[in-house]
Amino acid sequence: MVLVNFALDFNKLLAQAKELLDVIAAKIQNIINFSLIYSSFPKLLDGAKVSLLISLCSVILGVSLGIIVATGRLSKFWPTKAISSAYVAFIRGTPMIVQIFIIHYGLAEFGVTLPAFASGIIALSLNSGAYMGEVFRGGIQSIDPGQTQAGLSLGLTPFQVFRYIVFPQAFRRVIPSMGNEMVTLTKDSSLVNFIAIAELTYRATLIASRTYEYFTMYIGIAIVYFAITFALSQLLALLERRMGPYDSDSKPGKGLRR
Amino acid sequence: MIQIVNLEKAFGDNHVLRGVSASVDKGEVVVLIGASGSGKSTLLRCVNLLEVPDAGEIWIDGVEVTAKGVVKHEVRRETGMVFQQFNLFPHKRVIDNITLAPKKVRGMSAEAAEELAMELLRKVDLADKARSWPHQLSGGQQQRVAIARALAMQPKVMLFDEVTSALDPGMTGEVLNVMKELAADGMTMIVVTHEMAFAREAGDKIIFMHDGVIVEEGPPSQLLVNPQHEATKEFLSKVL
Ligand SMILES: Nc1ncnc2c1ncn2[C@@H]1O[C@H](COP(=O)(O)OP(=O)(O)O)[C@@H](O)[C@H]1O
Ligand SMILES: [Mg+2]
Repeated sequence: MVLVNFALDFNKLLAQAKELLDVIAAKIQNIINFSLIYSSFPKLLDGAKVSLLISLCSVILGVSLGIIVATGRLSKFWPTKAISSAYVAFIRGTPMIVQIFIIHYGLAEFGVTLPAFASGIIALSLNSGAYMGEVFRGGIQSIDPGQTQAGLSLGLTPFQVFRYIVFPQAFRRVIPSMGNEMVTLTKDSSLVNFIAIAELTYRATLIASRTYEYFTMYIGIAIVYFAITFALSQLLALLERRMGPYDSDSKPGKGLRR
Repeated sequence: MIQIVNLEKAFGDNHVLRGVSASVDKGEVVVLIGASGSGKSTLLRCVNLLEVPDAGEIWIDGVEVTAKGVVKHEVRRETGMVFQQFNLFPHKRVIDNITLAPKKVRGMSAEAAEELAMELLRKVDLADKARSWPHQLSGGQQQRVAIARALAMQPKVMLFDEVTSALDPGMTGEVLNVMKELAADGMTMIVVTHEMAFAREAGDKIIFMHDGVIVEEGPPSQLLVNPQHEATKEFLSKVL
């Protein structure tokens, strides 16, 4: 008896749930204009390509700059130290959008007029370089000084010690935080829409202001950004598994192949 | 072969070396003993310029390495050093730990460097560990690799700074044996250690340091058996 009652209740519940889902689906179809997404797909795809290209260039330049900044901050030579510290402080203490405007509009007053695309990459790279610099500085400082001493005692030059001993270990250690910075940078690349670079956010804004379909467009590109950063995170997790820190506590067999 | 003349070194107000003079002949094994903080490590590190002395001179093979304009990493090629904490490179396999410096510093080909490394690994009885990672080895094995790594540069002198102090008691023997063999092969060595049995057996000369100066030195038979100074007697009464 109890069982039959329960089965009936359950069926009723299912039916109610289905009703609710139908209502939600209908609402979503009202709010999200799928045909608009479909028709603007080629434009958005172009925008996504631009966003990806800008992010990729800035990540590469940002990481390179970060390594230079980190060594600068750790150098014993005070001018290098002062310049890199001031640079990091400035970038960290000012809004990124302002940095973008300085590079694109501000420098124009001094006769430096750059195409928006170049300004965007330069501004993002300079920004990311400071944060990456802090990431790498932490990584380098976390390496036991005994490693440096062992390297030096073998007759390696200080540069060789950095190149072959300290940096490879530091790099493995900072992969997770470097990955975070890369994801942040990819998202922040949307800010360059303010200097009229035809990237993803810029194109979405254009279409949205023409069609008034703001929700559709921004939800659409949010999903695209998420897909990109999600893929990037997975890629970095893979890299980390392939060449994670090789310390005594890491499991044998897991670790880098040269 | 090595002359240390009136060496001085301070860290801030802390005068760690206060006029140290010593000499080491070719093929000689000098054992440096003394209480913790007496300046043994600092003296050793001055010899390969990991520390730069404030005053005094160090001569290695007729060259003043403390002179102005001497390139530090060129001096360090000739002075191998082994540390208490092994300091193997954890991101490199055993064999690559050993071949790195011969390749990058001596410009040796990969094949020649690997051949040399295998020969040295046989010498320290670890040939089967060539492809292992440092963390897969025991402390004693890691330290023997560290010795092989330093030897791969074919240094004129080997400096050992308490190389068995971080080891489990059961593992000191294997490392000390390698050092004894090295001594028997005629390597010039300066050894900081608290292993008095090793000092007695392998040492040609013992130097006792106290508060940044050399208080007493002599062959083991004399210094360990019949110390002249109060400080030496007191120290030996604790470690023997
Ligand atoms: N890099 C350094 N900076 C500051 N003080 C140091 C440094 N290295 C050693 N000292 C100091 O020098 C003294 C002698 O140290 P050390 O040479 O390591 O002695 P030992 O090896 O005989 O124990 C100690 O007081 C130690 O704190
Ligand atoms: Mg010491």
